[in-house]
Amino acid sequence: MTGAVFAFVAKAATTQAATSTSHPILPALTVFLLSVFIGIEVISRVPSLLHTPLMSGSNAIHGVILVGAMLVLGGATTTAEKVLGFFAVLLATLNVVGGFVVTDRMLSMFKTKPADKAAASKEAAK
Amino acid sequence: MSRQTGIDVAYLLAAISFILALKGLSSPKRARQGTFIGAVGMVLAVGATFFTEIDGHHLQNLALMVGAMVLGVAIAVPMARFMKMTSMPQLIAIFNGVGGGAAALVSITEFLHLPLHQLAVYQVLEVVIGVLIGAMSFSGSAIAYAKLQELMTGRPVTYPGQQVVNLLLFAGSLVLVVVLLVHPSTTLLWVLLVLSMVVGVSFVLPIGGADVPVLISLLNSFTGLAVAASGFTLNSDVLIVAGTLVGASGILLTKLMSQAMGRSLPNIMFSAFGSATTGAETSAEQRPVRSGTPDDIGVALAYARKVVIIPGYGLAVAQAQHTVRELAEQLQAKGVETFFAIHPVAGRMPGHMNVLLAEANVPYDELVEMDEANPQMSNADVALVVGANDTVNPAAHTTPGSPIYGMPIINADQAKTVVFLKRSMRPGFAGIENELLYDPKTILLFGDAKDSLTKLVAAVKAS
Repeated sequence: MTGAVFAFVAKAATTQAATSTSHPILPALTVFLLSVFIGIEVISRVPSLLHTPLMSGSNAIHGVILVGAMLVLGGATTTAEKVLGFFAVLLATLNVVGGFVVTDRMLSMFKTKPADKAAASKEAAK
Repeated sequence: MSRQTGIDVAYLLAAISFILALKGLSSPKRARQGTFIGAVGMVLAVGATFFTEIDGHHLQNLALMVGAMVLGVAIAVPMARFMKMTSMPQLIAIFNGVGGGAAALVSITEFLHLPLHQLAVYQVLEVVIGVLIGAMSFSGSAIAYAKLQELMTGRPVTYPGQQVVNLLLFAGSLVLVVVLLVHPSTTLLWVLLVLSMVVGVSFVLPIGGADVPVLISLLNSFTGLAVAASGFTLNSDVLIVAGTLVGASGILLTKLMSQAMGRSLPNIMFSAFGSATTGAETSAEQRPVRSGTPDDIGVALAYARKVVIIPGYGLAVAQAQHTVRELAEQLQAKGVETFFAIHPVAGRMPGHMNVLLAEANVPYDELVEMDEANPQMSNADVALVVGANDTVNPAAHTTPGSPIYGMPIINADQAKTVVFLKRSMRPGFAGIENELLYDPKTILLFGDAKDSLTKLVAAVKAS
């Protein structure tokens, strides 16, 4: 997390420098490279039990492409751009909404209170 | 604070929330909280985007945008909520594929919008990478979905010269990328989109069976990278951070998943697993097996001291998780020590069995991971294998030529008696014959797992 803050600060710093000589891709590249390290670091130890929920959760997170889809549709001027932008927003919405709902549904099955369990087994015994 | 600063702060908070979400999802205690934090961040990012100004204008086409979102929600929520839990892997494949498709479309749309002749090479490269990876992930996920949903064969699809064709397709798209960098053109970009989709399909076809979940994890990571590439094109930090996080953690997760199967990632992606074993299958099918009646097996279970239940995909297919819990409770009521031994890749997804049995309210402490279960197998009286096959196949220890050789298994063969509940003599998902089925100490009970378990519950009650 501190890494992310650092990435943004570094980006601000490189943007300042970019006005003189630096290549315009450098700020984005800085954010990218730091995010690679955070991505690896943050999930280094995951029990196999959580592999599937983690996959599903990260699936939901890349649904942030919705922001990109909104930006291109919001700036679209020609019909072709509007049609493509519409489908981009539609697909991205599917990704983000579906991703979070599936993850939540999956995890809700892990969360069983002892009281519920007792009640459920009583019911089964009837 | 200017409008744009406010939006950027919202994006920064969203990026932090995504990191916290991934961190939360790596621990059982905080997984649900993590998902919630991620969702809050997502709402924040999308909400802030509505206030963006592009070239001094508010966002255009708002009606179209909100319409697409409403339609998306109307499709996604029922799908995600009402599809069976056994279809979970397919669902992840679909929602991942559409994300890849969205990333490719975003890159293309932005390319159409930019002044073609003023584009720097690096800008074209960003677009091209977004289209290439996004489209591959889209078509690859579609095939993975079709395989898991059994719309097509789940086994590897191979043909002579496949490796050469794949190589040519891949080389062709690389050449196209270079041409695009030199001569940016909209038409060529469309050709690249189609070609990338073909590459995605041809890359996924030879991967089948138990490897499909690992493949989905890899495609998930690809989509992340495509989103990051779109982020470069749009100069959006939140897209770069979130996409890269998923891309990097996804590769690591894919590696962890293939390790759980005792194989390397390249081996999974390029070996066309299971296609070389057809010869052994036919010769072995003629051999005698011992099948038993539910009553025989019920008595064996009821008078055992220790029963280990080993669930697999068949349990999920038959929706028998409640019945198997009932059986376990019956046995425990009779004083039989009973627990579930969970193989890390049992079912179609890692953690599949845990989710399924948790749904049926099986207590946590009765779900024992493979590494803890194996030392106890030698003093188990009965190993009850419900709809599993490859995860108990001793060939993983004994047959160096077998495709699953070296994969960790649950040592059901060490139990005094092994009971298989199976639908048929068909080999498991990996398509490999299981010697344990022919072992003299093995009893088979054919039929749907739920029916068989119901009969066993009755038999245990009666004995």
